[in-house]
Parts: sequence; C-alpha cells; structure tokens
Amino acid sequence: MFGYYLDLALRSLKRNKVLTALMVLAIGLGIGASMTMITVLHVMTNDPLPGRSATLFTPHLDPLPLDYKHRSDGPDPTDNLTWPDAMALLEAHLATRQAAMAGGSLLVRPARADVRPFRVDGRYATADIFAMFGISFEHGQGWSAADDASRTHVVVLGETLDRKLFGNSGGIGQVVRLGEHDFRVIGVTADWQPQPMFHADLSAQSFGDADQFFLPLTAAVDLKLPTNGNQSGWGKDDAADSMTSANMSWLQFWVQLQSPGQVQAYRQFLLDYSAQQKALGRFQRPPTEAKLYSLMGWLAHRNLVPTDVRLQLWLALGFLFVCIVNIMALLLAKFLRRSGEISVRRALGARRRDIFLQLGIESAMVGVAGGLSGLLIAQLGLWSVRHRPDDYAQLAQMDTSMLLGTFALAVAASLLAGLLPTWRACRVPPALQLKAL
Amino acid sequence: MQIQPILAALRRHRLATALIALEIALACAVLCNACFIIAQRVSAMHIVSGADEAALASVQLTGYDSAQAADVDARALAALRAVPGVESVSPINSIPFGSRRGTAGISTDAAGEHFGGVIEFYVGGPGSLEALGAKVVAGRAPQPDDFRAFTGFMPDGGSVQITRALAEHLWPGADPLGKEFWSLKSHYRVVGVLKDLVRPDPTGWTPEQRQWSVFLPAQPGPYLTGSYLLRANPGDMPRVMRDALAAVAKAVPEVVIDREASQSVSDLRHDVFKNDRVMAAMLVGVIFAMLMVTALGIVGLASFWVQQRRRQIGIRRAIGATRRDILHYFQTENFLIVGGGIALGMVLAFALNLVLMKHYELPRLPLYYLPVAALALWVLGQLAVLGPALRAAAVPPVVATRSV
Repeated sequence: MFGYYLDLALRSLKRNKVLTALMVLAIGLGIGASMTMITVLHVMTNDPLPGRSATLFTPHLDPLPLDYKHRSDGPDPTDNLTWPDAMALLEAHLATRQAAMAGGSLLVRPARADVRPFRVDGRYATADIFAMFGISFEHGQGWSAADDASRTHVVVLGETLDRKLFGNSGGIGQVVRLGEHDFRVIGVTADWQPQPMFHADLSAQSFGDADQFFLPLTAAVDLKLPTNGNQSGWGKDDAADSMTSANMSWLQFWVQLQSPGQVQAYRQFLLDYSAQQKALGRFQRPPTEAKLYSLMGWLAHRNLVPTDVRLQLWLALGFLFVCIVNIMALLLAKFLRRSGEISVRRALGARRRDIFLQLGIESAMVGVAGGLSGLLIAQLGLWSVRHRPDDYAQLAQMDTSMLLGTFALAVAASLLAGLLPTWRACRVPPALQLKAL
Repeated sequence: MQIQPILAALRRHRLATALIALEIALACAVLCNACFIIAQRVSAMHIVSGADEAALASVQLTGYDSAQAADVDARALAALRAVPGVESVSPINSIPFGSRRGTAGISTDAAGEHFGGVIEFYVGGPGSLEALGAKVVAGRAPQPDDFRAFTGFMPDGGSVQITRALAEHLWPGADPLGKEFWSLKSHYRVVGVLKDLVRPDPTGWTPEQRQWSVFLPAQPGPYLTGSYLLRANPGDMPRVMRDALAAVAKAVPEVVIDREASQSVSDLRHDVFKNDRVMAAMLVGVIFAMLMVTALGIVGLASFWVQQRRRQIGIRRAIGATRRDILHYFQTENFLIVGGGIALGMVLAFALNLVLMKHYELPRLPLYYLPVAALALWVLGQLAVLGPALRAAAVPPVVATRSV
C-alpha cells in the first residue's frame, strides 16, 4: 500500500509542477534559514571536550564585601577566583586533579632574524592542566608541581608556535624570549583548541585559536606578566602586588572529579571553606554563595551566544513558521480540489485512515524535497556566516547530526503543514461530492 | 462593487481564508519589527563622530619596554612628521572608532555618591583637539598651560572640554561651564563644550551614551607613547598611511605595529559597524524571502479559487457581468483578506515589539511603521492576485452552459 501511495503522491505532485515547486521552495527557504542559525547555535554551545567534560568542574567563591554594588553592564567579579583562594583550593588537593590558570598575550622575540616580533596568546597555569584537560604532547612533557613551587622559567609551546620559531628541528631545550624574559622549552603540545574556550575568562575571546604556550602560573605572577582576562578589584589595595591581592579576582580554576560522591564532597568542601573564611572575617557573604559548576553548566551560565545570533535564530524560526502557514494554505487548496477523487475512493471502501495516510505521504514527500533544497540553502547560509567578522564565524560547519536534523525538521514541518489540510480532506462527505460529479 | 457576496463566498472557504490572513499577519509583524531593527542599525552606522574622519588616521605601536618609551616616542614622532603629506601628528590615548584607553566611571560629587556614568576620556597632547577637528561650541578650547604632565592612567585633575550630550546628561538644562566632576580621586572642571565627539566603541553603548566623551589635555609622556593621531589630506590618505607605517618600521624597528588598529579613521569606522551591516543584510534577505513566499502563497491560492469557480464565473458573465466586474471581484476579495491579516498583524507586530523590547533592548516601535507596512502588504497582495484575477476575467460566458 505504501508503494502505491508513493506513486499516487508522485503523480499528484507532477500534475501541478509550479505549485509543487513553490511549496518545495518555500519549505526549503524556511528550513535553510532555520538550519543555518540552529547550526551556528549548535557550534556555539558545543561540548568542547567530549568524553572528558562530564568530569570537569569549576568552583566559584564570593569574596565580595556586602556593600559591593555590582553593575549589570560590567563583568561579575565572582566569575574568577582571587590568588589566595585559588592557592588554598590547590593546596587542599581534594580533587583528582586541579589547576589554576589565566590567559596571557605575550610578545615573542624570535632568535631568527627573518621573523619579526609578534604577539601570541597562551596560558599561565599550574602543573595539572595537561593531564586534567587531556592536552597531548608531541615532544617532551609538562612541568611538575616542584617547578610550580620553585617558579621555574620553563614553557610548553603549541605545535604551531614551535614550528614557527624553530622549524622542523623542534625547540626542546632551546630558550625562547617571551615579553622581557627567557623561558626554556620543555615540551611541545599538539594544538589544543577546545571550542568554545571554556577555560578562558569571559572578557577574552570565546572562540579562537589554540593556546600557543603554557608556562607556570607562579612564574607569571613572579614576573608580573600581563593577563588578557578581566581583573576585578574591590576594597582598598592592601597588597603592594595586586596579582596576589585577596581583593582582586582574575584566576580561572578547574578540578577533575570522577564520581558523584567526589562531587558532593567537593561541594561540601567549598561550603566549609567559605564558612571558615567568613569566620575569619575575610568573606562577608553567606557560605552558600560558593558554587561548583559542571563544564556544560558553566558554559550555560556564561551564555556565550551573542544577542544578535539569538535574534537571528528567532527571526529564522519565525520565517519558517510563515512558510509552514503558506504551505498549509497551498496543500489545503490542493487537497480540497481533489475532493471528487477522494470521495470516489471513500465510496469504494477506503477508510478515513487510508486517505489520511495517502495525503500524509504526499505532504512528507514535499518535506523531503524541501529538506534537500533546504540543505543547499543552509550551506549557502553557512558560507555567508563564515564570512562574518565574528570570532565564531569559522566554526559554522554542519556535522552529521545537523545534516540529519535538517531532514527531520523539514519532514516534521511539512507533516505539520499537511496535518490540517489532510484532516479537512478526510472529512469531505462522499455522497455530496459524488452527486456533483 | 458589492462586498456582501464576496464575504458570503469567503465564509464557505473559512479555513483557507484564515490561513492566508494568518500568513499576512505574521508577515506584517515580522516586516514592521525587522524594518525597525534595520532602521536602528543604519542610524547607528551614520552616527556623527564630531571628528574630521576622512583626514585622520591612527598609528598604534606596542611591544617596547616602558623604560625606552621616551626614546621610542621621539623616534616615532620624528619619523611620522617627516612623511610627506602629514599635516600633524599628535599623541592621544584613544581614537574615534579605534583604540580605547580612557574608559572610566565618573561622579558629580567628590564622595562618589552621584554616579554620572561610564565615559571616555580622550587624553591628548597639544594640538590633538584641533587635529581631531572637534568643534568647541561654548567656553574655550584648551590653552597651553591646561596641558599637564602626568604619570599613570591620566592626569588626576585639570580643565576639560565635554560633549553637549554628556553635559545634558550630567546637568540637564544647566550651563555646564564651570561645573566639576570626579573619577575616583581625580577632579576635573569643565571649561568648554564640544559639539560632538563619539566614543571609540559606540556599538557597545545605548544611542544616548555614544557621545559621552571628554577631552582631557595632557603633556605627552610615557603613557601616551605609541598612540598617535595623524592628520593628512583626505585624498592622499592611503599613500600617507603606507609611507607612515613604513617610516615607523624603519625608524623604530624593535616595536610591533598594531596593523589592525593602525588605519585611517574612515577604515576603522567601517570595521566598527561590520556586525551591524551583516545584521541589516540578513534582515533584508529574510524580509525579501518572506514577502516572496507570501506573494507566491497568494498566487497559489487565488489560482486554485479561480479554477474552482470557473463555472460560477461563466454564469456571472452570461447574465451580464463584465470582465472588469470579475477582475474587481478577485481584487476586492484579496483586499479584504489582506486587510483582515493586517488588522491581526498590527496586534502581532506590537506584541513582538514588546518581546524584543524586553529581551533585546529595542525601543518602542514608532506608530508610522504600521500604515507603511499595511500599504506595502496591500500592494503586494494586489500584485500577486493580478495574474489569477486576469485569468478569471478571461473566462468566457459559454463555460456556464457546459458541465464541469
């Protein structure tokens, strides 16, 4: 029966080619626009570390004084940790792995005369970052906790930077000048490029190039290297060195926790730590302000999707809705025009269900054809998105799930559009129509 | 033309009529709001900068040790001033549509109780205000002893020129000359009013805040090193810029020229509004596609109705209706359906605007958008229905005598 209905649908669609083309084009345009924006949203809310993200968490404390007024247009200071808090969490060593980090942009002065000085983005971190995030090494290895403690001037380079500075021979053991200081290269990582860059500060780029160097955070603080994230201070500056001040938050902190029990214990630890700090008079706000975000929870909290993209998504979906209403009207006209034909089938014994199936298949065929044209239009749309000036632009590519999603959305939309006309056509009273024939 | 029979006929096609009207309504709502957003973006793009953009360019240097700042400054300035065609070179911290280094919060009292907003301090050396081309409309321009030497972020006091927009915001209706404001411990006195001076990053602010700028005179020093405002003949700008960057690269080879920030102010302005242009283009595309789909929907449905009513049309023709009557019948029918859609669409447009106002900081939709959108949709409907209506008018009376 299914094959027969397919044949009937094909004949019916062929009978009025212009109307069919119109419906396919309408649904194609709606699907294309929607899928373009859904894909953009999909890559922006992607899991940056599949397989590992479930075990990564970021603790947040609230060391702000009670009278601190947070302006809604500024960054939230509690998004980051202060140096004393980060060091306390690090020393507590309660997670499987833990690392404090901050982004930095440094000037590289290559030894080679033919390369002019240039800026690279990288990260100041503590030793666990490589094992925790699963950053793989091409050569050499990371530094140890002992290097952290002794503030050793060592650096791990990204593959791209290593090749740019030292060519194919590799830079292990060589010295590289970053900013005004020399660092010894002890390792080279494969380019590590999580998208979005969940571990970076909110005010830094969220979608961008891989970190091209890693060096010990303690050395960075020692040398007062500049960071490229937000530094929020409050109260009066008590420490001469503001990087280690208890009144300035600027550090990102991540922990790896393997089991729910461990997560629960860590959450309790954060509460206890806050309560203890409050008892000591350092924290003023209730300890329950301390939070532990999962990686995906943190990305949701940060809300990386720009309002323009959100607006464009709604616009595209609204457009798809207009297209669906349009097809609904056209299908209604098409089906009701065949009232006579439907009545004959009904009079010969076809049940309402059969008519419903027949016309439903016809709607779905429009949907599949619309999905195909929608796919083409979406590729065109994504191509135009890739030419946008934003940092997320180059990520706008369709993956398999989005490809299948396009067809699912197209068929769902056309079935939805066909539902009302099909239902209406099924209710045509056969006797009345037969009389008119 | 009698409307009664048309309404009677439409009542027999309630569902199809309702669907087309609904489509028109949705199109009306999206059309009004999308056009409004486009208008907002376009007006943002045409913001008055208050500076002679075409004659200005920015040169930004980084990557030198702060100990060498004075030496770098001297060599860079000498090299830039020697470039043929350069009229002036002034050290200044921020550039309209370019580098931003003077954003700070201010208050209108010493204790910081009355927050005045976050504004932009243009900290510039002698001649920089003239180079910018910002017009002083009240009070006075900076005088030689206004330019103070300073260390750190910016001078912690002095006489400043503020824009009309900021003056009106801080002291509505009052004469701003002689008024004072504070930024943390720093204390400033207004001696002049500028017509306009846009902040370097206007897109990040509400339309009202985009002109909140202050010119603060300062002696060039380490803090102003590496950020220069070039003035040259507009027609000669591309060549001057090329030569200037080459001259700096030669004179101070150890610094890094920030190529992205070292451009003519016109180019910087072009870059600042890239996103708005993309958004406007996307909206135009969606509006176009939506109107096309709507028109095609009307064509499809009208064609169907014409075919369905061939016999009735034939009968009407046989008993004396002219072609014009038939044509008008379908045109009036379309006018009524679109009219119904527009009525619903206006309500939807306002509802959508309320949602956008809540979530996307869009202002209220001006009322005159509604009649314009209504007119556009009516015209679209009439154009779409014209083809099928002409076909209906061509139905010969003899059809009445044949059975379908």
